[in-house]
Amino acid sequence: GAIGGGLAAAQDAELETNTWEEVTSYCNFYEFGTGKTDPATYAGQMTTRPWEVEIDGLVDRPGTYGFEQILSEMTLEDRIYRFRCVEAWSMVIPWQGFELADLLALAGVQAGATHVAFETLLRPEEMPGTRYPVLEWPYREGLRLDEAMHPLTIMATGIFGKPLPNQNGAPLRLVVPWKYGFKSIKSVVKITLTDQEPPTSWNMANAREYGFYSNVNPEVDHPRWSQASERRIGGGLFARRQPTEMFNGYETEVASLYADMDLAKNF
Amino acid sequence: MALSALNPSLRRIPVWTLWLAGLAPAVWLFWLALSGSLGVEPIKELEHRYGELALQFFIATLAVTPLRRFVGLNLLKFRQALGLLTFSYVLCHLLVWLLLDVQIPSQIIADILKRPYITVGMAAFVLLIPLAVTSNKASIRKLGSTWRRLHKLSYPAAVLAALHFVLLAKGFQIEPLLYLGGIIVLLLLRLKLPGRIRAPDRIRRRFGAADSAR
Repeated sequence: GAIGGGLAAAQDAELETNTWEEVTSYCNFYEFGTGKTDPATYAGQMTTRPWEVEIDGLVDRPGTYGFEQILSEMTLEDRIYRFRCVEAWSMVIPWQGFELADLLALAGVQAGATHVAFETLLRPEEMPGTRYPVLEWPYREGLRLDEAMHPLTIMATGIFGKPLPNQNGAPLRLVVPWKYGFKSIKSVVKITLTDQEPPTSWNMANAREYGFYSNVNPEVDHPRWSQASERRIGGGLFARRQPTEMFNGYETEVASLYADMDLAKNF
Repeated sequence: MALSALNPSLRRIPVWTLWLAGLAPAVWLFWLALSGSLGVEPIKELEHRYGELALQFFIATLAVTPLRRFVGLNLLKFRQALGLLTFSYVLCHLLVWLLLDVQIPSQIIADILKRPYITVGMAAFVLLIPLAVTSNKASIRKLGSTWRRLHKLSYPAAVLAALHFVLLAKGFQIEPLLYLGGIIVLLLLRLKLPGRIRAPDRIRRRFGAADSAR
């Protein structure tokens, strides 16, 4: 009975969450380095207060929205989601946040908008990883408007009931649970409503390997590794692989978004 | 050269100490992974660390000849052990990948055939097998000059091993390129010897001047 099935999936009893240590020590946040523990080591120096998000493009009320101002307008809720990285590992994370649709409503989406573009903070003096051209900075991501408006899509501000640690994308990040983790852009400073598919970082770096959609799909392999199975973080040295679920287990909720699409082509 | 002064003391170090020091990280890393001190994803971490150590020992092995030729440091005594340590770490790396990482036999085969970086890594491993098998003194005696030619397989194997690392990196990363660059430099040092006139093969063979593989 929850909105769009979002909460039903969120409260899935079978989902056992990972630990705080697992979620906060094993991260990809290339602005702080390409090693999994680099973000936990270096992200502490990122200044997250004050924080502002610029919302522009095809919106009625473009402008700079302060983080506190956004929080005061939004209702926070808990969402326990599976998180599947494109590198074939996964976690279950208890997020706190609000639906992206509510934030977009705050800015007022205009009729012509079809896509949403996001940008991560780029502050080289606080982000040692950005001194190397691992990717073209700033980090960029994007969604189709219907994906952005889906009730499962949230902007997270916390995990485990605490504010987001910097390495997890403080103070405000996107979470799209049926897509590979890199779509869930961290430390968002800019949101642009547009009428075309926006360029996205990994797709710009290697379009053959990272599609715009990047929906979790066990049947479409990454060119360099299989996506058919995954390893849950936390199982130790002898953890078994487990099968990856279509749309990361959110098929019932989101499959209709891609009803007429060839998912092997639009990967 | 100043470094050649070290040679007498180096000669007194028994090779087994290198074996001991060289294999200690393998055991230590496995223990760390087992006890949860290698992070929350110990399988990948162990796999990467073994792979990196394999590349580092490979570079050390390939450095023996240029070190002797250009700075007079004689580590020849340790080269066999360095080569076998390289092979040992490649084996550890491969076993972690097979048994702990991929686990599923059909996926292992598909990966070797379909994923270029794994094909390349596997090729490097296969090239190293005959070298490990013939690294003993008896084989050196038995194979004669064939041994030297056979062991030049280490050159393509080293390039493939570094390429394996370059190909698996996400985005533009510098570290794998440094390994590849280092290996290429060590191989180039074997080709471009300043002032050395390469006699025709016929003559070199006759006068037994075939030290090019050392």
